[in-house]
Amino acid sequence: MQANAELNELAGRCGEWLRGTGPESDIVISSRIRLARNLADFPFIRRCSPEDRQAIERTVRARMEKLEGWSDVRYVDVAALGEVDRQLLVERQLISRELADSEGPRAVAIDPEEQFSVMINEEDHLRIQVMHSGLSLQAAWQQINRLDDLLEGSISYAFHQQYGYLTACPTNVGTGVRVSVMLHLPALVITRQIDKVFRSLQKISVTVRGLYGEGSQFMGDFYQVSNQITLGRTEMELVEQVGEVVPVLIDYERRARQFLVEQSEQDLQDDVSRAFGILCTAKKISSEETMHYLSKVRMGVNLGLIPDLPVTTINKLFIHTQPAHLQKLRGRLLGTVDRNIERASYLQRHLGGGPAELN
Amino acid sequence: MKCQHCEKPATFHITELTEPTGPQILHLCEEHARGYLTQEAASPAASVAGVLAKQLKLGQTADELAKLDQKECPVCGITFYDFRNAGRLGCPYDYTAFEKDLVPLLVNIHDAQAHRGKRPRRLAPSADRQAELIRLRRDMEEAIEREDYERASEVRDKIRGLEAREGSGGGETSGGGGQAGGQPPAAGGGEAAD
Repeated sequence: MQANAELNELAGRCGEWLRGTGPESDIVISSRIRLARNLADFPFIRRCSPEDRQAIERTVRARMEKLEGWSDVRYVDVAALGEVDRQLLVERQLISRELADSEGPRAVAIDPEEQFSVMINEEDHLRIQVMHSGLSLQAAWQQINRLDDLLEGSISYAFHQQYGYLTACPTNVGTGVRVSVMLHLPALVITRQIDKVFRSLQKISVTVRGLYGEGSQFMGDFYQVSNQITLGRTEMELVEQVGEVVPVLIDYERRARQFLVEQSEQDLQDDVSRAFGILCTAKKISSEETMHYLSKVRMGVNLGLIPDLPVTTINKLFIHTQPAHLQKLRGRLLGTVDRNIERASYLQRHLGGGPAELN
Repeated sequence: MKCQHCEKPATFHITELTEPTGPQILHLCEEHARGYLTQEAASPAASVAGVLAKQLKLGQTADELAKLDQKECPVCGITFYDFRNAGRLGCPYDYTAFEKDLVPLLVNIHDAQAHRGKRPRRLAPSADRQAELIRLRRDMEEAIEREDYERASEVRDKIRGLEAREGSGGGETSGGGGQAGGQPPAAGGGEAAD
């Protein structure tokens, strides 16, 4: 494991999950699973003294350092980071807003592919997370299950015969698992079907929320489906429960896109082209506006309306145009006004300087 | 479409499915969405508190409630009132200390009261000893707070002794009381027992 708080190099790259290569990645951005775990011999975080937190952080770190195959894993002391670096990790979905904003000893271990991260001293002592591109829940579950086994080999988790893995909040007890799939559903939003679709899912105990991860920066037209309960079902059942809902949503979204293409192609093309035009030519642009237009362009790319623009580029732009990324990539702190100018110029550079001929 | 709370364009369309009245759609600008979600981020606690409040109102008198609120975990020292307020428990032992009152809550949240998922593969050390460790850590903290360093160092020795037997927790040094010294690899290593 590498103790390395140098995050500059991280900013320019992009995590595996953003490549947009996974199954159904025109609609499914990512599949994410997290496990909540606590050490058996410490109080939960809210009752931890600073010494307890430090002991937890050191213990877990020492155990991780001995893990096989972890030589490339980067260990980041979050407490030692400046605000922009913490924000960078949040934008990157590697840590939660809660971990970034809390106080005291806390850390995160991140694998080089950014497929997994382990937060230390969040709401629970450990929050293990695995994130894959596209719809890939089974593979994500297998990976996180192996990780959990590996960590459990040297850490005694708080576990109860009846109630399973014990967590600070009773909403996570049992499996401690949260399975989340992030979907891009712009056509359902445009056709105003989104509430109808979600209403039809209501009897199934999944939560749908229109946001980007837990408390991080969020984006228009992105929705997250996740399991609501954690106790009384096996992890596989919970994975399958979410996994069954997603194809239904994909199907609805595809049909809505098809409808738009067939019924109002000119409006759709106009909408996408204008969005693309603004992103390519604006001289200053807020992150809010950027997300709004990138969402339209992303759909345009997936429908073949914008030639020669890989969806990976768009996926990356969603992350790289967020405040901390912009500042890290620029190499200095920027106020809101300067960020808006920098963002516009960044977009121009990465979208090829201007609208090419559109289909 | 404009934001429900101001004149800016609504770029976030949040659908809440957990509302008892059915799905609720909110159309918000970035700023208001952020505010909404920050409030939302705190909501697991709020929802736990909500469920608890409902559940406690059924079947309990004010007296019983007041009594319940004073119930205290002997290990970490939080009261049921603390938990009700914060929506977060204080230590693993709370699930035992408040068991009678937590089970209806778990049923309410999860519609279940027994774990059916995976279990740790290696033998868990005794829960009593782990609870004892948590209690001792609290003792030590309290001793330090009242500057009773003699007591604090006594407690520290006890903690170290227990940790050494435990093969978990404690110092980060490989030569210390951790599992390197405490247990043979076959007993400590979960990976070997595949």
